[in-house]
Amino acid sequence: MSEQAAVPGKAANLDVFAQAIESLAASSPDVVVVTSDSRGSGKLTSFGKRFPERIVETGIAEQNLVGVAAGLASAGKRVFAVSPASFLTARALEQIKNDVAYSSFPVVLVGISAGVSYGALGATHHSLHDLAALRAINNIDIVVPADAAETRAAVRAAATHGRPLYLRFGKKPMPAVHAGDLAFRVGSAVTVREGTDAAFVATGETVACAVEASDQLRAAGISARVVSMHTVKPLDRQALLECARTCRAVITVEEHSVCGGLGEACAAVLLQAGVACRFRIAALPDEHLVNGSQGELFAHYGLDAEGLARTARELLSNS
Amino acid sequence: MTNVNQLRTIANRYRRAVIDLVYKGRTGHTGGSLSCVDILTALYHCILRVTPQTASDPDRDRYVQSKGHAVEALYVVLAGRGFVPQSDLERFSRFDSPLIGHPTRAVAGIEANTGALGHGLPIAAGMALAGRMDGRGYRVFTLLGDGECAEGSNWEAALFAAHHKLDNLTTIVDRNRLQITGNTETVCGLDPLDAKFAAFGWSVVSVDGHDIGALAETLGRVPFTPGKPSMVIAGTVKGRGVSFMENQASWHHGVPSEEQYRTAVRELDDAFARLSAERA
Repeated sequence: MSEQAAVPGKAANLDVFAQAIESLAASSPDVVVVTSDSRGSGKLTSFGKRFPERIVETGIAEQNLVGVAAGLASAGKRVFAVSPASFLTARALEQIKNDVAYSSFPVVLVGISAGVSYGALGATHHSLHDLAALRAINNIDIVVPADAAETRAAVRAAATHGRPLYLRFGKKPMPAVHAGDLAFRVGSAVTVREGTDAAFVATGETVACAVEASDQLRAAGISARVVSMHTVKPLDRQALLECARTCRAVITVEEHSVCGGLGEACAAVLLQAGVACRFRIAALPDEHLVNGSQGELFAHYGLDAEGLARTARELLSNS
Repeated sequence: MTNVNQLRTIANRYRRAVIDLVYKGRTGHTGGSLSCVDILTALYHCILRVTPQTASDPDRDRYVQSKGHAVEALYVVLAGRGFVPQSDLERFSRFDSPLIGHPTRAVAGIEANTGALGHGLPIAAGMALAGRMDGRGYRVFTLLGDGECAEGSNWEAALFAAHHKLDNLTTIVDRNRLQITGNTETVCGLDPLDAKFAAFGWSVVSVDGHDIGALAETLGRVPFTPGKPSMVIAGTVKGRGVSFMENQASWHHGVPSEEQYRTAVRELDDAFARLSAERA
């Protein structure tokens, strides 16, 4: 697995998560991390050295990881079950559905290296199904933070969330999309850029792409709002409807399959509210992907800034 | 402690209640419930340190029924011990009843929602680990069906429990040797099951799963080996106590006809009379 080099001014959400969980554990003795041979890829080596009695190793056994996490949570532990999103949400989907969501044990499932973070390692390691699969499971919330500020806030919120939660992020160094303090609440979207022509409703690492696209569009005289829809479930319906009512076009953006993720969730809200607007889902297509790094795949499938700006221009120019 | 005759009498009444539950509810996993009634009787009358009043006590013993389909046996035992009102049994499987066809935490005394197989042991291992982390003295017991042992998650958890030396965890396998398709050894063989768990680092004891005295004695001396999780392989008969259901895979689930119901009730009531005569 290739390591992402540190980039000045940027921070990988994965690194931020690791720092945040360590900080949380220092003040909350009930915090326990469970990993499936993923303490290295989860950047949890430091946590393990500092709190060796509070990191539980299951070995490469995701089903057991989630079942054990549920058992720990049943006894009052604040459990963060950390594993690559691809394996956590596919291999252990039945444990997530039954042991966590249905049994209502407040485990925080942490899907690391999500989406196409693993790039050229291929489809076995991509998680483009997880939002769709977990959206269809009752009693689990889904949070996909965009940057360091959202990740830090999401970890703090997760610790006291009190119900099952899926936290999903990648490992690429991310620019900050929020300036200064962030008012973060699960279920409340954050407007990152104001705009009135088009609105990007994005989640996770694609928010930064949308911000860059918005900057490019502004130079061309197009005003594009960017909303960080960090909580995919429950969706902030009001923020979405506000976008559709005040902008001429809405483009949803996600590092996920076009099937069943943020885009289809937003489409259902808009259609059922009777709010019509020009609408496009920017996501990975329902097909075998070409091989490439995360950046190459974003560019190829139109999820990078240029691709998103192009989609906005096309959508706005359609008569 | 309740004597063995009394325990057998109690188990007989539980069997009768299972038959009533299935017959009136028009659904149920009859065979597997009857095979584990004696195990549950031993657990809830001799072993588990939990009562309706302590069902939320952090120091209570935990029981997780991984073979969730045998929920009829669990419901009648929980009702017998006062966790569930006897009148609730009348609502088994009815519309909007909490007593559905597999265990849920909506029913007092139930620790985890089970039913999909291969889930109980990982959850129980997590509970046991939490107890050790917190220095609590509670024990965790889980019951697996033998057909269920084909699920890989059990073996993930078996590795885990031994690695973490969870000697506050006890697993019981209801070894009735039948699953829906037929004999476990012709479907996908499990023998030697004791050697397999021993090889995974468990301390294993085999016992007659219908000898309540032996079950209570065996479960009363866990951990068998300090530092190791305990495994009790309980040899049982599917459908135990009703002659035409015994050792019949077809009674994995099934509702008796009116005539079959009367026969089952008569057999169980005759056994009850014999137990009463022994006691007199």
